[in-house]
Amino acid sequence: MSIAAETAAVPTGTWQADTVHSSVAFEVPYAVATFGGSVTDFDATLADGRLTGVARIASIAVKDENLEAHLLSPEFFDAERHPEVRFTTDTIRRNGDDVEVDGQITIKGITQPATLRGTIVGPSVDHFGKNRVGLSLETTVDRTAFDINWNMPLPNGDPALANEVTLKADLTLVGQGS
Amino acid sequence: MHVLAISGSLRRDSNNTRLLRALREEAPEGVEVTIWDGLKQLPHYDADDDGVPGPPAVDAFRRLVRDADAVVFATPEYNSSIPGALKNALDWGSRPLATNAFRNKPVAVIASSAGAFGAVWAAAELRKVLGAMGARVAGVELAVGHAGERFDADGRLADDDVRQGLRDALESLIAETTPNLQAA
Repeated sequence: MSIAAETAAVPTGTWQADTVHSSVAFEVPYAVATFGGSVTDFDATLADGRLTGVARIASIAVKDENLEAHLLSPEFFDAERHPEVRFTTDTIRRNGDDVEVDGQITIKGITQPATLRGTIVGPSVDHFGKNRVGLSLETTVDRTAFDINWNMPLPNGDPALANEVTLKADLTLVGQGS
Repeated sequence: MHVLAISGSLRRDSNNTRLLRALREEAPEGVEVTIWDGLKQLPHYDADDDGVPGPPAVDAFRRLVRDADAVVFATPEYNSSIPGALKNALDWGSRPLATNAFRNKPVAVIASSAGAFGAVWAAAELRKVLGAMGARVAGVELAVGHAGERFDADGRLADDDVRQGLRDALESLIAETTPNLQAA
């Protein structure tokens, strides 16, 4: 097998997110700019070419506790009834450093297909001798497809909050047993 | 299951309070409806007075909401919106915002007015306010128009359709509350 073919393959085996060096975040146009936040409590695993992830929505972090409470409320994620956001893989494709993951994303108990696109780095050995893979992925979802419908009209009649939300995951995955 | 019922009207012969009495009569076995009569005792909201402890009437109101499994409101419509006294109670009840007594609380809104539209705009406003407070707003839309004609001389609801509407509203509220009770 050539070196080029090896680097173009999706890594086999099991890789677990090093969550200290990983992040899961969202961005959404709000009024005149882009508003963003993150979810700090999550897990992600790449096992036999399938990426799975789960984020505990109670750990949503924005810069205001009242806004966090609003995001957890039934008007947004309804974290009491739907505590987790999940992703499962159907197929994953690697072309050099580019990667696409077709899968299913579940938010507020509703599952919709989604394609995550981004880049993949590695596997490569880190300074502690561990094998690591970097995955940087994002997708855009229509939040109303997940029953997240809150909005407020601006004075000009436009909605304050866009429906299209960008979800981002920057993952450092560590080879298990490596 | 304990349901706290709040009328937005202070008037002695309020149609909305009478509706809540009828709703209490229609409660199924195991569902206890308590009609709150403390609305008039609440002071005007003032953040300077919102300490620990707060005004006794406010602390008592917040405790009642926390202890209830669900809350049902009956509101009239004043100037296309909800009465100031009711909004004042919700303003007290919504603090502190992130941990307020209404957060995740199943709530339902019914409404009535002397006119044809049954306070439908006030009901929409009330649902909006409750949603912003973090309550779990049940999909109940019972707006009783011409309310003065629905009660007999003793003030008892004499309209079978409205009674059915009240039973349906309670059923929706109970359905919204059941997962909370199962999780407890």
